[in-house]
Amino acid sequence: MTADIAAILLQDGIANGAIYILLATVLVLVFTVTRVIFVPQGDLVAFTALTLAAFDAGTIPGTVWILLFGAAIALSLEMLEAVARRDRARCVRSIIQFGVVPVAVALLAVLLVPKDAPLLWKMAVTCALVTCISPVIYRIVFQPIASASPLVLLIAAIATHLGMNSIGLQVFGAEGVRTQGFSGPPLSFAGQLISQQVAGVVASSIVLVFVLYLFFHRSLRGRALLAAAYNRRGAEIVGISAAAAGRTAFIVAGLVGAVSGLLVGPMTTLYYDSGFILGLKGFVGAIVGGLAIYPLAAAGAVLVGAVESFASFWASAYRDIIVFMLIIPILFWRSVVNPHAEDGIE
Amino acid sequence: MTVLLLLERFVVRYGRLTAVNDVSLEARAGEVTAVIGPNGAGKTSLVNAVMGLVPSGGRLLFPQWPEASRSIEARVRARISLVPETRDLFGPMTVLDNLKLGAFSARMEPRFDMRARLAGIFRLFPRLDERQNQQASTLSGGERQMLALGRALMLKPRFLMLDEPSLGLAPLIVAEMFRIIARLKNEGVSILLIEQNARAALRLADRAYVLEGGAIQLAGKAADVAADSRVIDAYLGMSAATPSNPDERQMGKVG
Repeated sequence: MTADIAAILLQDGIANGAIYILLATVLVLVFTVTRVIFVPQGDLVAFTALTLAAFDAGTIPGTVWILLFGAAIALSLEMLEAVARRDRARCVRSIIQFGVVPVAVALLAVLLVPKDAPLLWKMAVTCALVTCISPVIYRIVFQPIASASPLVLLIAAIATHLGMNSIGLQVFGAEGVRTQGFSGPPLSFAGQLISQQVAGVVASSIVLVFVLYLFFHRSLRGRALLAAAYNRRGAEIVGISAAAAGRTAFIVAGLVGAVSGLLVGPMTTLYYDSGFILGLKGFVGAIVGGLAIYPLAAAGAVLVGAVESFASFWASAYRDIIVFMLIIPILFWRSVVNPHAEDGIE
Repeated sequence: MTVLLLLERFVVRYGRLTAVNDVSLEARAGEVTAVIGPNGAGKTSLVNAVMGLVPSGGRLLFPQWPEASRSIEARVRARISLVPETRDLFGPMTVLDNLKLGAFSARMEPRFDMRARLAGIFRLFPRLDERQNQQASTLSGGERQMLALGRALMLKPRFLMLDEPSLGLAPLIVAEMFRIIARLKNEGVSILLIEQNARAALRLADRAYVLEGGAIQLAGKAADVAADSRVIDAYLGMSAATPSNPDERQMGKVG
């Protein structure tokens, strides 16, 4: 291997790593707030690419029907509960959340996205569709079992993932897609040629992580999410509802998942079931950070990306196995360095 | 007199265990209502159920705010506040963040002024002002209790429930805590005070209930309750001239 090849592989690894950073950050965020290991995060990523591809082909993406159907279930669940408690304010709120907003986004997708619409507009509508699906998943699957043990929540998350896989196959078909990305002449940086795609991915990822950082450290709403994670009862007595915190976490997860999908779409072919492996790589990155610490999770994700790209050079058929084997030395190292990691999370 | 909280045949059960059984109680505006009783009497279960943290049976009414009994958020919106026995601070966050989050549900109100509210809390607890940027988990026991109370006061509560505010604190701090509660009372805050420290609680309270084994044993004006011979024996043992029963005396001191 020459230095040139190593530099290209590293570049590739950093671009992949930037996406795993987003996935890892969201996994950590959703886990701290709701204790759910959000396996379907990868499916949201895949759905995003498939949705954008459908817009490019000039068809109505299946995401619209997934959203409308899911929102209808969520709305009826929510209304049943609100009516049983005779809580009128909650009725109005749920009609807006699970009725008006999803229908508006679906109408937007059906009526206002012609085949020749600009790419950015298609991306924005795709983002909106996928972001709306995420809180619907939370309402249907996780909110009713919010106080269950992490193991039960994990099983529910896996079931959701399998369900979304089947739904994905049904509405999108088995065809893989590759979407458009940032295009243009490569940039030159420190003697290296860097493609605009890589630069765009890294820049978007940095911006998004920075925005998340600001949200959690500067805004009271973000602080409230963390508060709910630190002390559920303490949060309840100051009026931060665990359900609202979970919903917000899932909305953020949906948005970041959609952006990851837009970023990863042009770099690799995505199928209806590609999400799982993607999510798993983000998960390995998150594990490096002990599912708790954002900067460490990000470093772990970059490591995963780099190992992946070098592995695909040497032993392409084994690259996923090599990446996932990373988890063994990492867990070993963590248990030696920090034997009471569980106490830190509590 | 305006009744703020009304309990009738109030019951709290954990599975087959009955923690609070058939309790009737009322708390009035502008008063301190004390609930005293030994460990395990169901005091904390009672106040947690009133806040809506645990499910309950029987009648629970906030006559002034009929919406409030619906959910815990509705109570917070009605500005009913609880300082739980376990404090439940946000340990990894700063003192300032903890206080700000106390006003979380009030932040959308018109003319909401976070700075003025914080300043009010820092006037009451200068110690918290000094420790603004310190992590809540690094505070001493007394400071934690101050922070828990300060966080509850950020809501400008119309009805404040205090669960064992003196628990686990050094005597000097306990005295300070009760001074602050007395000051809140003078400012017109209506308080439901749960205490094992019967002597201090009865001195401060207008009305008092004695809870034992999940049921009300005695109720009335605080002065009358404090003069009751059973209460003197069991809870105020130190002031009675009967040091014959060391167990009960111990209870009077600690409990």
